[in-house]
Formats: sequence, C-alpha cells, structure tokens
Amino acid sequence: MSKHLNLTLHVWRQKNAKCDGKFVEYPAENISPDMSFLEMLDVVNEGLIRKGEEPITFDHDCREGICGTCSMVINGRPHGPRERTTTCQLHMRSFKDGDSITLEPWRAEAFPVIKDLMVDRGAFDRIIAAGGFISVPTGSPQDANALPIPKQSADLSMDAAACIGCGACVAACPNASAMLFVSAKISHLGHLPQGQPERHIRVRDMIAQMDAEEFGTCTNHGECEAACPKGIKMENIARMNRDFIKASLTYRPATSGGGVG
Amino acid sequence: MSVAEQSIAGAEARGHGFLASSVGRKVVMAATGVILFGFVTVHMLGNLTSYMGAEAMNHYAEFLHTMIHGMGIWVFRAVLLTAVGLHIWAATTLTLDNMAARPVGYRNQKNIASTWASRTMRWSGVILAAFIVYHLLHLTTGTVHPNFDRANPYANFVNGFKVPAAAAFYIVAQLCLGLHMWHGVWSCTQSFGLAHPRYDSLRRNFATGLTVLVVGVNISYPIAVLTGFIH
Ligand code: HEM
Ligand code: SF4
Ligand code: FES
Repeated sequence: MSKHLNLTLHVWRQKNAKCDGKFVEYPAENISPDMSFLEMLDVVNEGLIRKGEEPITFDHDCREGICGTCSMVINGRPHGPRERTTTCQLHMRSFKDGDSITLEPWRAEAFPVIKDLMVDRGAFDRIIAAGGFISVPTGSPQDANALPIPKQSADLSMDAAACIGCGACVAACPNASAMLFVSAKISHLGHLPQGQPERHIRVRDMIAQMDAEEFGTCTNHGECEAACPKGIKMENIARMNRDFIKASLTYRPATSGGGVG
Repeated sequence: MSVAEQSIAGAEARGHGFLASSVGRKVVMAATGVILFGFVTVHMLGNLTSYMGAEAMNHYAEFLHTMIHGMGIWVFRAVLLTAVGLHIWAATTLTLDNMAARPVGYRNQKNIASTWASRTMRWSGVILAAFIVYHLLHLTTGTVHPNFDRANPYANFVNGFKVPAAAAFYIVAQLCLGLHMWHGVWSCTQSFGLAHPRYDSLRRNFATGLTVLVVGVNISYPIAVLTGFIH
C-alpha cells in the first residue's frame, strides 16, 4: 500500500458575496493517494464538522468529469496541475507528502462568490439563453439521413460540444474573458446545418450578453486553451470573431412587414 | 424572471453596436494595428536609403514631401493619426474592461501558455506612444534635436543618433516594438477570425519573421551611426 500524505491547505474562506474573504490554513492528514481531490476535501470537512467548525463549501456534482460543476483554482491553476482534468478527476497521487496547496474560487466579476470556493455561474446560463439554441419544431424524428452532414463537420461540432461549461477558461484568463466558452457553444451549432438559420443572430446576441455580464475580452494569451479540461481550441474563438464580423457587416433589422411580398 | 427573459433583456439593453461590443473593439484594434505595422515596415524599408548616402536619403525625403503635389504626406499623416487614435481608444477601453472583469486577483496565478510579450502589451504600447511623440519632436519637427536642419534630413538623422541617450531610447523603443509586433501580428489574425490548422504555424512564423526583420534593421540604424559606419 502506498504511503499516506500529510498536506497543508490554504483555503479561501468567504461567507458570501458581500463579505470580504481570507485565506485560512488547514492540515489535511493521512490522505490516501488514491483519493480524488474532492474526497480529500470531504475528509477535511468531516474533521471540521466533528470539531464544530463550518465545513469548506465547494461545488461538485457528477464527480466523473462530465458535469463541469467542480470548480476551484488549485495552486494557481483551475482544476489543478494536470492537463485536461477536472478537479473531481484529479487524484491525490498528483501531490507529494508535505505539499502545501492553495485553494481559491474562480475569480471574476461575472462569477460572484456564493460561499468559500463556490461561485455563481448563472452568467453562462444567461449567455446560452441569449442564443445558444436552435428553434425547431420538435415533432416526430425525421429520417436519419434526410440531412446530410459531412463526417468532419459532425466531428468538429462534437469536439466543440465537449465543453462542460465549467468556467475554467474564465478562471485561467488574465482578463477573465469567457470567449472560449462562448465560442465553443457558437461552434458546436455553427458546424451543423441545423445551426445555420440563427447563426448570425446567435453570435450577436451571445456576445452582447457576454459583454453585459462584464466578462473581459480575449487578448490571445492562450491560458484558456491550456486550462480547459475538455481540450476546446482557440480556433473556436477565431470562428466566433469571423461570424461576428460577417453578422455585423450584413446586419439588417427585422421589419414587421417582411415577407409579405 | 426566467433565465431566458433576463438574458434577452440584457442583450437589448446593450444594443447591437459593433463599436460598443468587445469583439468589435478588438477588430478596430487589429485593423488599426495592421495599418501601423504596415507603416513601420515601409518606414523601415525607406530608411534603408541612409545606407546609400546623403543624396539618396534626402532625395527620398523630398519625394515623400512632394508626392501628389505635396498632398500625399498629409493623407498618410491623417490616416496614421486616426489609426493611432482609434488603436489607443480601443486598447484603453478594453484594458479597463478587462481589469474590471477581475477585481480580486489570485494569490499566485500560474501562467502556462501566455508569453512575456502577450502579458506586456499594455506597457510596450504605452512606451511606443511615448516614443512616437518623442520621435516626431526629434526628427520631424526638430524641437528636441540639438542641431536641426529642415533642408537636410540625412544630417538630422546622423547627428541625432550621435547623441548616445537618443540612440539608447530609440533602441529600447524598438525592442518594445518587437514585443508588441510579435504578439500583435499573431493576435490580430485571431481577432479577424483567420485561424485554420493548416496555417497556424505560418501565422506564428510570419509574426516572428516580420518582427525580426523590422526591429533588426531599425536597430541597425543607430548602431551604424554610433560605430561610424554611417557618417
Ligand atoms: C501608441 C500606443 C499603443 C498602445 C497603448 C497599444 C496598446 C495595445 C494593446 C493594449 C493591445 C492589446 C493587446 C492584445 O490584444 O494582446 C494592442 C494590440 C495590438 N497593437 Fe498596439 N498599442 C500601441 C501602439 C501600437 C503600434 C505603434 C502598433 C503597430 C506598429 C500596434 C499594433 C498592434 C496590433 C497589430 C495589435 C493586435 C490587435 C489584436 O489583438 O487584434 N500598436 N495594442
Ligand atoms: S471551454 Fe473548456 S474551460 Fe471553458 S467552460 Fe468549456 S469546458 Fe470549461
Ligand atoms: S463534479 Fe462533475 S465534472 Fe467534476
């Protein structure tokens, strides 16, 4: 059996969005290297509860790397030191005995802290609601091959659709920009024929909402791509910019009498 | 209010203005940046006449002042001034937005992919702005030049760089230009949406090549004067 770890955590504790937060030090003792990072926090929290202290609040749900809920910056990197790995999929064998670990929430004006390491990512939902959908009547399914889609388009669309909306891109970006997330959502629909009718209005509405939520703007540092647990590429940001330029150059407002001849 | 209603309210409140949007201002920054990089490249090439002697350079200067009946230079100046103004406007407003987007920073953020050049764009830009003002007062109006002679640009150039402090500031500014260009040339292709795996290495290599060429040749001018190669 491998040796257990003794670690020191420096955790950001903040009561709510209005209060100031501060770092508090906690020991994490006798941690199995086979535990996930979240299980390690569970153990620490059980100790805190036993002592009558307030447990550390952190977000989590599926614990299998697919929901995007687990969010925390571990030693200066969203989701910790491993590439393409969510916090729930990070294991304690990535750390050494005696390590000191700093835990912080995603830091962005658009992601207010709810408590400790948990932030409100409702801004992402509102961006999706502004245009990240297609409007089709959902009747009975049509014939599977009625709409031919090139294999490569389907693949690129799926690659973009792998985004789990975790927000690590925002957390990693020195400008707290959400452009990797927004561009992934725009690309996954933009590669498919079903996404075409609303393609131009979508990019304008989603970017308008992104700005209204007070995310920053991309300056092409590339930190988002390096932090993304799902390998979303910056090429998507270029595609979004291209769509936005085209949509803006050809914009015509809707008219009430349109289409009547 | 449902999530959908909130977001549509937000989008409408923000309007659909291109220049108000973050991406629109990035495009303005990229487009004006291309004009400015185009200018520095041509400016670098034009100054190669200094290696051909006083007559060649003064002749080139005269051409600049007399082309299209003397109107040409004012057209260039107007375009450049507008480009610099819009570029600084876009850079400033975007930088302020970006700073407001992260009011509380991290204890120690690890940089994985960004470069020193990308992280210092604001500073290299500000130094370039100061340099542009100085450069105009130095070799265009002669206000801060020790012995300016409007009729002899070649002599102004040589005498100007004989002052070591002036040559040093010029070289520092060129290194800032190099940082700004290396990231900017690549970055503006992203802002215009010009990305494709087939051309990704080309984008990087073009930025590196153009930067080395422009900055290398520009730095050679004061060095050539200080070493007496141009006299
Ligand atoms: C005069 C003062 C200047 C300031 C304050 C300034 C500032 C900035 C800033 C803050 C950025 C954004 C950084 C980024 O996107 O990574 C930028 C980008 C850029 N700058 Fe400047 N800059 C200045 C001068 C120049 C000059 C003289 C040139 C050309 C010779 C230039 C060309 C560019 C280009 C091409 C970009 C990239 C645009 C993009 O990312 O889409 N800038 N500048
Ligand atoms: S683009 Fe990547 S980092 Fe950003 S929200 Fe999607 S999965 Fe997370
Ligand atoms: S808890 Fe679902 S991805 Fe980590």
